[in-house]
Amino acid sequence: MAAISREEVAHLARLSRLAVTEEELDTFAGQLDVILQSVAQVGEVAAADIPPTSHSVPLTNVLREDVVVPGLTPQEALSGAPDADQQRFRVPRILDEDVAS
Amino acid sequence: MSDLTRLTATEIAGLVATGETSAVEVTRAHLDRIAAVDDRVHAFLHVDTDGALAAARAVDERRAAGEELGPLAGVPVAVKDVLTTKGVPTTVGSKILEGWRPPYDATIVQRLREAGTVMLGKTNMDEFAMGSSTEYSAYGPTRNPWDTDRIPGGSGGGSAAALAAYEAPLSIGSDTGGSIRQPGAVTGTVGAKPTYGGTSRYGLVAFSSSLDTPGPCARTVLDAALLHQVIGGHDPRDSTSIPAPVPDVVAAAKLGATGDLTGVKLGIVSEFTGEGAEPGVLAAFRESVDTLAKLGAEIVEVSCPHFRYALPAYYLIAPSECSSNLARFDGVRFGLRVGDDGNRSLEEVMSLTREAGFGAEVKRRIMIGTYALSSGYYDAYYGQAQKVRTLITRDFTAAFERVDALISPTTPFVAFPLGARTSDPYQMYLADLFTIPTNLYGGPGISVPCGLSDGLPVGLQVMAPTMADDRMYRVAAALESVVGTFTPPAL
Repeated sequence: MAAISREEVAHLARLSRLAVTEEELDTFAGQLDVILQSVAQVGEVAAADIPPTSHSVPLTNVLREDVVVPGLTPQEALSGAPDADQQRFRVPRILDEDVAS
Repeated sequence: MSDLTRLTATEIAGLVATGETSAVEVTRAHLDRIAAVDDRVHAFLHVDTDGALAAARAVDERRAAGEELGPLAGVPVAVKDVLTTKGVPTTVGSKILEGWRPPYDATIVQRLREAGTVMLGKTNMDEFAMGSSTEYSAYGPTRNPWDTDRIPGGSGGGSAAALAAYEAPLSIGSDTGGSIRQPGAVTGTVGAKPTYGGTSRYGLVAFSSSLDTPGPCARTVLDAALLHQVIGGHDPRDSTSIPAPVPDVVAAAKLGATGDLTGVKLGIVSEFTGEGAEPGVLAAFRESVDTLAKLGAEIVEVSCPHFRYALPAYYLIAPSECSSNLARFDGVRFGLRVGDDGNRSLEEVMSLTREAGFGAEVKRRIMIGTYALSSGYYDAYYGQAQKVRTLITRDFTAAFERVDALISPTTPFVAFPLGARTSDPYQMYLADLFTIPTNLYGGPGISVPCGLSDGLPVGLQVMAPTMADDRMYRVAAALESVVGTFTPPAL
């Protein structure tokens, strides 16, 4: 049985903000199915009472002195922006027209 | 003067320090070599000719002024395109960052500059360091100098191929699941993954933040150790950076080079010497084990029963972290923006930008990660993978109570032909079968050339406990003192 359907892949693509094509959906559905069936092997391990590891370095709450250090100028920070306006990143509209008005 | 591109970094630094050659001469020799061979190898995405020559001139001026130079001053280095370089294009092998010139240097790049090394340029890589062959670069594959119809490993195939093609004596890679060690193995070069947190990730374009580890690549173990010493150490700008001194890896490499491993206990990972590895790889590995034993090492078999689940655990953890990290590529602050016609919404532009800017493997991993983190699947996939990570760490801890370091082949197979594994993504993943456990544990690992199989290089991996990076250098240098270095046929 397939681990994942074409419709589920389309849903994942939407969640991932990827405007995938119909052809890609066909390809990815098969490939993601193979990958997911393989990685599902982790389920064979009896690990109910094992604590999870998110990170290998046992550091918590790393703090530093609150001192001013050199940073980027607005020009430098905006130097790679696709679009900028008045020292700000310019973005496409966020709200629908009728909502915005 | 003999061919400067054939020298080790140690030899180059010595000649520059005594004035027998200049940093500018060394740099020109390497730029000439790149111009002569890189159309066949494609190790570089960008060659910074002017910047390199300016850095070399600065070293020569400092020497002329009587300043004391560091141990790698005047030595050229190639940097994987995953690290930001101020004013120098940084693409991460992706179209989504094509043309981006970062406004700041990664900490490692800054340390390379301060040490007087000469950055030649940026090396090719699988897009966002996701891959094992460099075929997933958006700018075309790198080819293996041993056989240009074969892959140079990945993701850092450019950094490894640049060494094997004598385009650079040193390079920087990054290792999330084997991206330094596996290319080192298949190109006959040395690649070291430091302890996680032992090298700064500041300015390293993030793929999987709990695993990503930048590190040194070289043609000799001592050169790798010298580079490790220069780039390693605590960085306050990386909150996962370990606030402790770098173990003395240079001294360890020199100690190992004496060829004496008396008192050193090495464990062969029994799970990695059975099925799954090519006979030629196993033969070269077995011969190296005999060599290590002759040098005085005590060899035992060690079982790490959960290592067989490392690959599936990794391919849940790394994609999960990547799906979150790569959300920053939204077409707003840097890089590509597609479809902004004044009518489309931010979300539509974002989706079109990411669709156009990311390659297929990156999309696959983002979607796998999104799946593994989804409610309803989280416990069975991501959560379970994190528990398996604990068990793999316990396997390492138990093993290191018995032995000083673990050894295995670095890769299951030698360099494969281009195109052989691109149609089946999971077949590509198997290239990192033996390197991934170390990343999940967080300890250091090194690949050192140990022999040839059908004329292609085989690497031996040494894995050491966390913050005991010196141990792996000692063992690797001892092996190198017997088997020597490996030179590919003329390009």
